Amino acid sequence: MPEGRGVAVNVRDLRRKLGGREVLRGLSFSVKPGEIFVVMGPSGSGKSVLLKHLIGLERPDAGDIELNGRSLSEPDTLKSVRVAMVFQSGALLNSLSVAENVGLYLTEHRLRPRAEIRRIVSEKLDLLGLAGEEKRFPSELSGGMKKRVAIARALVIEPELILYDEPTSELDPLMAAVISEQIVQLRERIGVTSIVVSHDRGLAFSIADRMGLLHQGEFLIVGTPDEVRACSDSMAQKFLNA
Amino acid sequence: MFQDIGELMVLFWRTVRSLPLVWRQRRKVADQLFEIGNASLLMACILSLFIGGVVTLQVGPIMAERGLGNYIGRMVGIAMSKELGPVMMAILIAGRIGSAMAAEIGSMQVYQEIDALRTMNIDPVHYLVLPRLVAIAVALPILVLFSILVGWTGGALVAVFNQQIGISSATYFGDLQGYVEFTDLANGLFKGLVFAIVIGIISCHQGFQTIGGPRGIGRSVTKAVVNSIVMILLLDYLITRSLMLLD
Repeated sequence: MPEGRGVAVNVRDLRRKLGGREVLRGLSFSVKPGEIFVVMGPSGSGKSVLLKHLIGLERPDAGDIELNGRSLSEPDTLKSVRVAMVFQSGALLNSLSVAENVGLYLTEHRLRPRAEIRRIVSEKLDLLGLAGEEKRFPSELSGGMKKRVAIARALVIEPELILYDEPTSELDPLMAAVISEQIVQLRERIGVTSIVVSHDRGLAFSIADRMGLLHQGEFLIVGTPDEVRACSDSMAQKFLNA
Repeated sequence: MFQDIGELMVLFWRTVRSLPLVWRQRRKVADQLFEIGNASLLMACILSLFIGGVVTLQVGPIMAERGLGNYIGRMVGIAMSKELGPVMMAILIAGRIGSAMAAEIGSMQVYQEIDALRTMNIDPVHYLVLPRLVAIAVALPILVLFSILVGWTGGALVAVFNQQIGISSATYFGDLQGYVEFTDLANGLFKGLVFAIVIGIISCHQGFQTIGGPRGIGRSVTKAVVNSIVMILLLDYLITRSLMLLD
């Protein structure tokens, strides 16, 4: 695992009820700095809800999340760590062009002069094979391009922790391979901690350092891809061999 | 309902607190102002011209019959300045701009664009609500003033050309000018400002409340327009009553 600026994530006994149903039932796991941790599981198992908790968009009923040892319930924790998320739909702002979307974080926080923002945006788009697409709008892009723009937008933040929600859903196998390659390369280059939520087994086993198999709000197993493959739990085997 | 009122107050307070950041959002404010002007000016002109005309048409002949034709100017002048200008423009803006605000923010909520803003530490209130509220608070009083002037003109046209009334434009405008004071105009502009804030906050709040897909967005738009209009009419009465006490 490369040395870098990734953060340690520690989740303890996370519980959350939504609409009377317990979606997260006491989840506990930890992710080391620079690690790629994949949360796998069938639809409705609580994967996306877990991600929303990790980025502070949802608050747990019980339990705690720590980033570099600081609880997320403390008001400044999320400001002290640069976290980025790649949403399942991309969640690009439809009223902004590709370049404006990618540079949004820097523009809104006035972190760089305009010319430098343009340079950084071009550099990130180039990196993801999107050179020359700056002026297009999200409605003019394919699903794969939207995902790559969303990753470029996340990269601009220079994140220490990056969360991916179903990064290969709705993509053709070729594009899915490109995205998985990007996730690994990103970790290799900047040592970012990555948490990937997916039900794509191919993606999960190809990129994960460790992974957790989520079922009805609980982990059936957390371990390396080999440990998960060898898991004897019948539900885990059912999911892995379906 | 009480929860909604509380949330509206909090949203308003958070927007007011972010006012020092308005210069940074000036481009978005300008875009919104253009949007409001572009969407409403022609409609405001037609609406105001005919309202001024219809008021004169309804009341003018009765007044003229009783020898009060020379006082039609003040009647139209006061009605347009204090009531019809601000209320009709507010209803027009609630329908055209409030609905657009609720739909745009609602769609951003549904398609996780607002979540994306939050993950980038961009406050949706600063980014989305502030420019919209400032733009509508500037635009609506201007539209009200425009509406009042066009309404007066509509009244004048009917007063001059309708044979049952048949007064000269000099008589109409002379009476209007002699009776309508600056405070009457200020009264209408103040109402316009209050209605603008109400429309902006209700519409943005409704947008943030949107859940579900396109049907949810549709529901939010309807609720934003209906709630805005109800609040406009309710506040119109309360403001009128309060200003009467001050007179």
